[in-house]
Amino acid sequence: MKAKTLALSACSLLAMMMAAKAETLTIATVNNGDMIRMQKLTDDFTGKNPDIQLQWVTLEENVLRERVTTDIATKGGQYDILTIGNYEVPIWAKQGWLLELNDLGSNYDMDDLLPAIRGGLSVEGKLYAAPFYGESAMTIYRTDLLEKAGMKMPEEPTWEFIGEAARKITDRAAGVNGICLRGKAGWGENMAFVTALANSFGARWFDEQWKPQFDQPEWKEALQFYVDLMKDAGPQGASANGFNENLTLFQQGKCGMWMDATSAGSFVSNPKDSTVADKVAYTVFPSKGEFKNHGNWLWSWNLAVPASSQKADAAKKFISWATDKAYTELVASKEGWANVPPGTRTSLYKNDNYLKAATFAATTLAAMDAADITKPTVKPVPYTGGQFVAIPEFQGIGTTVGQLFSAVIAGQSTVDDALAQAQSITTREMTRAGYIK
Amino acid sequence: MATRNTSTLARFMMAPAVGLLLIWMIVPLAMTLWYSFQNYNLLNPINRSWAGFENYYYFYTDPAFWQSIANTMTIVLGVLAITVIGGILLAILIDQPMFGQGFVRILVISPFFVMPPVAALIWKNMIMHPSYGVFADMARWLGFQPIDWFGQYPLLSIVIIVAWQWLPFATLILLTALQSLDGEQKEAAEMDGAGVLSRFIHLTLPHLARSITVVILIQTIFLLAVYAEILVTTNGGPGFASTNLAFLIYRTALLSYDVGGASAGGVIAVILANIVAFFLMRTVGKNLDR
Amino acid sequence: MARAVTTQRKIFFTVASWAVALLIFFPILYTIITSLKSETEAIQGFGLIPSFTFENYVLVQTQNGYFKPFMNSVVISVGSTLIALLIAVPAAWAMAFSPTKRTKDILMWMLSTKMMPAVGVLVPMYLIFRDTALLDTRLGMTIVLTMINLPIVVWMLYTYFREIPGEILEAARMDGASLWNEIVHVLTPMAVPGIASTMLLNIILAWNEAFWSIRLSAANAAPLTAFIASFSSPQGLFWAKLSAASTLAIAPILVMGWFSQRQLVRGLTFGAVK
Repeated sequence: MKAKTLALSACSLLAMMMAAKAETLTIATVNNGDMIRMQKLTDDFTGKNPDIQLQWVTLEENVLRERVTTDIATKGGQYDILTIGNYEVPIWAKQGWLLELNDLGSNYDMDDLLPAIRGGLSVEGKLYAAPFYGESAMTIYRTDLLEKAGMKMPEEPTWEFIGEAARKITDRAAGVNGICLRGKAGWGENMAFVTALANSFGARWFDEQWKPQFDQPEWKEALQFYVDLMKDAGPQGASANGFNENLTLFQQGKCGMWMDATSAGSFVSNPKDSTVADKVAYTVFPSKGEFKNHGNWLWSWNLAVPASSQKADAAKKFISWATDKAYTELVASKEGWANVPPGTRTSLYKNDNYLKAATFAATTLAAMDAADITKPTVKPVPYTGGQFVAIPEFQGIGTTVGQLFSAVIAGQSTVDDALAQAQSITTREMTRAGYIK
Repeated sequence: MATRNTSTLARFMMAPAVGLLLIWMIVPLAMTLWYSFQNYNLLNPINRSWAGFENYYYFYTDPAFWQSIANTMTIVLGVLAITVIGGILLAILIDQPMFGQGFVRILVISPFFVMPPVAALIWKNMIMHPSYGVFADMARWLGFQPIDWFGQYPLLSIVIIVAWQWLPFATLILLTALQSLDGEQKEAAEMDGAGVLSRFIHLTLPHLARSITVVILIQTIFLLAVYAEILVTTNGGPGFASTNLAFLIYRTALLSYDVGGASAGGVIAVILANIVAFFLMRTVGKNLDR
Repeated sequence: MARAVTTQRKIFFTVASWAVALLIFFPILYTIITSLKSETEAIQGFGLIPSFTFENYVLVQTQNGYFKPFMNSVVISVGSTLIALLIAVPAAWAMAFSPTKRTKDILMWMLSTKMMPAVGVLVPMYLIFRDTALLDTRLGMTIVLTMINLPIVVWMLYTYFREIPGEILEAARMDGASLWNEIVHVLTPMAVPGIASTMLLNIILAWNEAFWSIRLSAANAAPLTAFIASFSSPQGLFWAKLSAASTLAIAPILVMGWFSQRQLVRGLTFGAVK
C-alpha cells in the first residue's frame, strides 16, 4: 500500500518533470557495430529536433529479445522504439502490437527499399517496421589460401567444391582452418546457417501438413555434410562459435572460407580490425548444384514502434532519421562509405562511391535479390522465412534443435541420434501448439 | 505477566518480516499455480484457455527433464564437494603462521565479490576459451592440443566456475571457525603425541562440523538456482548436457515464451526444492541445535 | 633451534599460501591486465605485462555511460540493504530473545522462500510491476532486492544475536533498565559488529543479483549487471573492451570488500562458532 503510493507519487513527479522538459524516447537496441555507430551519431538528430531526447538501452541480442518480447506482450510500455528482426515483425504485426509506419515524413523514400526486405516487414501491404540494415548470406574466402591450394573459386560454387577446397586449405599446424561455420546453438545462430544449408540441399522444416521432416534423406545428407566438413576442416571448439566468434577467427586469418551473413563484408574488409583485409573475396552462398538454391537467407534489423506508444510522432521522426538516405550519407561522411548500414535501399547499390568502397556490394545485392522467403526450398512449405520459420514457436524449437546439432559438432552425439531427437521434439512441440492435429 | 508482554512484543517485532515474506511468497506462487493450469503463450495471448494438467505433462515429459534434474544435482554436489574440501584445506593453510596473512585473505576472498555474469564471462573468454584462453595458451606451450572446455566438458566447466565463486565463502566461514578452536586444546593434543592426521580427524573436523553444515545449507540455496553461468557459457548445451532445472524453466519461459509451461516447471521446482529443503533443514537444524 | 624451524615453517607456509591465493585471484588479475591491453594485444597469447592503454575504458564509457548504472547499483544495493535491516533487526531480535517452539520453523520457512526459481515467476512479477508502475524504477528494484535477501539477513542477524549472552540482559533488567535502555546501552554495542557484517554481505549479494535487476529495468534503473549485458558479445575483437567493462562492474564492490573484509568476516559465522 505504502509502496504503491510512493511509487505513484514518484511516477507523477517523473511525469511532471518530463512534461516540463523535452520528450524522451527510450530506444531498445542490440549491441551490433552499426547500432553503436547510430548511437554515436544521434547528436545530428537531437540537433535537428531539440524537443526530443534519446535514451538508449543497448543489450546483447538474446537479452534484448527477451526483454523487448516480455514488454510488448504484457504491454509494459517501457520502450518507445524497438529494434527487432524480420522474424518478429510479421508475427507481432498480426497480434496488433506494432504501429503501422505509413507516414514517415514526406521526404522518406519508401519505394527505394529493397523489395525483398520491404516484403518481409509488411503484412497485407502495410509496413510495420523500417529496416536499419539487411543481409543475406554469402561465401567469404581468402584468395591467397585458395591460390596456394591450387584452386580457383568458381562463380557459383557447389558444396562439393567447397568441401574439397576446405580440406585442402586446412593446415592446423599453422593455425589455418579450411572453413569456419556457425556451431553455437540458437535459432539465430547455428540454425540460421544449418537451415540455409538444408534449403540448398532441398530439405525443408515442415511438409504441407506441418509434419517435421528431419526423418527425410535430405536433412541427413545436409547435416552429415556439415558435420564431416567441420570435423575435417573446422576450427577447434566450433560448437561455441557464432557469427561474432567466426568473424574474429576470420579477421585473425584463421579461416580459409566462411559462409555467413553479408554484413560481415564491411568487417572483414576493414584493415583496422582485419589482418586479411586485402586478401578477401566474396561470392554467392554455395548450392548443391542440381537445384539453383543458394539458401534464401534474408535478415534485417528494423526499428518499430509499439502500438500502445504515447510518443508515436516523435518515435516516427527518429525512425525516419535513422533509416532514410540522409543517414547513409551522414555515416559516409563521418566513417567512410564502406561502413554505411547495408542491404536496405536500392539507391545504395547504384551509388558509385559505395560500390567503389565496398567490394562486397555486388555480391550482397545479388544474394539479397535472389533470396525468396516465400519459397525457401525446392519442395512446397506451409511457412515463410528463409533461414528461419516465421511462426512464434520457432524460437523455442529452433534453439532446442540447435542444441542437438551443436552436440554433434562437439562430438557428443551422432547425426542419426540428433535427427531422430529433433524429429520427436519438433513433433511434440508442434502437436502441443496445435499445428499437428 | 512480563513474559506475556515480551511475547506479544516479540510477535509484533516479527510481524513485518514474516508478513512481507508471506506476501512475497504467496502472491507470485498463487499466480504461478494459476498460470500453470492455463494455456498461455506470451506470443499468442488470445489463445488463452484452461489446460488442466497438460502443462505439467509436457514439462515432465520434456526430453531434457530428467537430465536437468541430474545436472542440477551434479552442480550442487560437485560444487559443494569442491568448496567444502577445498575450503577446509585452504582454511588450514591460511591459518598457519605466515607473512602477509591479511593480504592472502584479501586475494582469496575476492572471487566472492564478482557478479555471476562477469565471473562466467571472465572464465569463458579469458581462461577457458579454446583459442584465446589462458588454459589454451598453457596447453600449447606444453605442446598439447587445447581443450574445448565448454564443448567437451560443459558440466565440469560450469562446476569449476561456480566453485571458484563460492570457494571464498566456504573458506572464510571455515577459517573463522578454525581460529576459534581453542589453542590449549590444540596444544594438549599435540602433547599427547597425536599425529597431524589424527588431530585433524578427532579435533579439527568435529569442531568444524557446524560450520560445514552452514556452508552446505547456504550454498545449496544458491546452487539450486544457478543459471547465469550456464546462460553465458554453454546455453545449456551441447545437447542438454549442461541444462539444469532452473535453466530448463528459463528456456521454457524466455525462449518459447510459454508462460503456462514455465509456471508448471516453477511449481515442480518449488516442490523439489522443498523436498531438498526438508531434508536439509532436518539435518542442519539438528546440527545447529547442539 | 626451535626458532629456526618456525621461521622455516613460516616461510614455507607463506610461499604456499601466496601461491594458492594468487592462483585463486588470477582470473580477476588477468582481467584487469587485459583491460589495459589493446585489442590485438589481448588475443596475442599469454602476457602479463600490458601496454597500459586506457583506450578501452574510454571506449566503454563513451559507448555506455558508466556513471548512471553505477549510481543505480549503489542506490539499489545500499537502499535495499538498509530497508532489509530495518525489517529484519526487530524480527531477528524477537526470535533470538523470545524464542518459541515455532521460531526455528519460521526461520527455516523464510530460508526456503529463497529456493523458488526466479524465472518461473517472471511473468507474474512483470505484470505486478507493470500494474504498480514499478517497472524500471529504483524503488521497484530496491523492493525486489530487499525481499530476495531478507531471509538471509534475518537468519544471519538471528544467529548473531543469539550469541549475546542472556545473563547480560537479565543483569540489566535487574538494575531496572527499561527496554529502551536495554536496547540502546547494552545490546546495540554488542550487536553492531553483527549488523555491520550482515549489511556488508547483503550489499554484496544485492550488487551481484543478476536476474531481476536485468529483467525489471530498462533505461532509468538499470544497474551494472545490465551494463555488463551490453558488452557480453559485441562484434569483432572485444576481449580488452570486455575486460574493461568487467573491471568497472566489479571494481567498486571489490574495493569495498577489501576494505571491510575484517568486519565482514567477523559476523560471517552464521552461528557456527561457539
